[in-house]
Amino acid sequence: MGRGHRPSHRRRGHEGSPSHSFGDRVLVLPGEELPGHGLKPGPGTYRVGGRIYASVLGLLSPRPPLVQVVPLSGRYIPKPRDVVIGTVTDVQGTFWLLDIGAPRWAPLHMTGTPWKIEVGETDRYLRVGESVVVQVENLDPTGRIGVTMNGEGLGKLEGGTIVSLSPARIPRVVGRGGSMIQTIIQRTGAQIAVGQNGRVWVGGSPEAIERVREALRIIAEGAQHRGLTERVDSYLRATASGDEVGPQEPPTETAHRDAPGPTYVSPPPADRDVEPEIEDEEPVDPDLE
Amino acid sequence: MGNVGAKDVPVLLSPEGLRIDGRRVDELRPIKIQAGALKHADGSAFVEWGANKVMAAVYGPREVHPRHLQQNTKAVIQCKYNMAAFSVDERKRPGLDRRSQEISKVIAEALESVVFVEEFPRTSIDVYIEVLQANAGTRCAGIVAASVALADAGIPMVDLLPAVAVGKAGGALVLDLKKEEDNFGEADLPMALVPQSGRLVLLQMEGHMTPAELSQALDMGVAGCRQIYERMKAALRERYAVEPAAEGSA
Repeated sequence: MGRGHRPSHRRRGHEGSPSHSFGDRVLVLPGEELPGHGLKPGPGTYRVGGRIYASVLGLLSPRPPLVQVVPLSGRYIPKPRDVVIGTVTDVQGTFWLLDIGAPRWAPLHMTGTPWKIEVGETDRYLRVGESVVVQVENLDPTGRIGVTMNGEGLGKLEGGTIVSLSPARIPRVVGRGGSMIQTIIQRTGAQIAVGQNGRVWVGGSPEAIERVREALRIIAEGAQHRGLTERVDSYLRATASGDEVGPQEPPTETAHRDAPGPTYVSPPPADRDVEPEIEDEEPVDPDLE
Repeated sequence: MGNVGAKDVPVLLSPEGLRIDGRRVDELRPIKIQAGALKHADGSAFVEWGANKVMAAVYGPREVHPRHLQQNTKAVIQCKYNMAAFSVDERKRPGLDRRSQEISKVIAEALESVVFVEEFPRTSIDVYIEVLQANAGTRCAGIVAASVALADAGIPMVDLLPAVAVGKAGGALVLDLKKEEDNFGEADLPMALVPQSGRLVLLQMEGHMTPAELSQALDMGVAGCRQIYERMKAALRERYAVEPAAEGSA
């Protein structure tokens, strides 16, 4: 049968163009043929009979020798070393199952925590419905997601609230060099932990939490990214009550590593490498300190 | 449907070759597609197609419930097609019936043939299709809505899956039957097309056609699917309008 596509003349000149340039970002849909002459099918694409097609809805991001499509929607797809926020959905004798917004629940084994736990005592430390900051450690081909709570900035979340966004918006929430998140923290005095899975934990006064929630809504819905930080900043300035006196003390970590129920109040660790996909959205340095 | 006297049978095709609603034989009903119509679903779409109104919501890939349906090498696609009690003139008795089970099954199988299910082993992709208002062709409208919702949910797939029915009414082959043509016509042939490969992944038939008519009906259906495909793509492009270019952000 014949192909259903005209050649895509709109998208010439992608090969070799710098992937950082925002100017040539092209929305592609599943089944759309991609300009992939001499390139290999990367993530978000497939190849049939020498032609490369998009398999997901997203932005075409040639990355020679690969053609790839960065998805604009969908569930969180875990990557090793991602720091994510999860909620306990099940407690077993030696592990918890966490909902991190991924296709599958992620088991957190008791050895992956800073606590010294006897088998069967897991529910004294974390119960269903409680939330934690964990790091993705390993993925296996069956989709099993191994996470750990051992590491700087990881631990149980006490109080506060969790706001869910599309994982694709997280680079915007952090901003270039952490500029966006710094602005929000400074203008609201709230404590914030950002998970790469699109979940943002916010602690602090109810007013601060509400203002952060609104700021996140602006970011989530803001179509253009030019001036997004200014828009958020002006919203936060407009709603300032005067309580938050400029930059606060940097969030401190006061986790009691040996006791059940440590208090967690720090942003995610800063050691995460910039992921190519995110770099494409906007260069991100999650170093918030 | 019920019993209808012969005098009640409408004229399905005028001498001028126009149909009961004035369409030509190869003309689709007006179709309107909105991608991302629901907030809480991972993906969704609302399709108004003639007098049909169909909502589709996609969740997943996520943990499989019930557990025993889990597959070790691929995602399972669980589809639930349901007609609202108020979707037809006479109240439709709510809940599962043979018809909705069959439609759920054939739609799930059609979708499974385009989704890259191997990428998400041991998970479930749940597709809910709710028919709010029915006027023939709801399984095709459901497939269209479901595949736009799948793309909206970021699920990898070979292609979108346009679908349409071709039928025989008033002795002629007609594209995209409406209710009267379905009820009083001679045949109904719903199909779903993978535009990328030209394969049909759903094809059912009710009624009678000659082999020559079947062949012609398939051509008409494929042409109709390609028109619907354009509408589906336009709906997704509208929802995901690319952010204006900017060199370096704030």
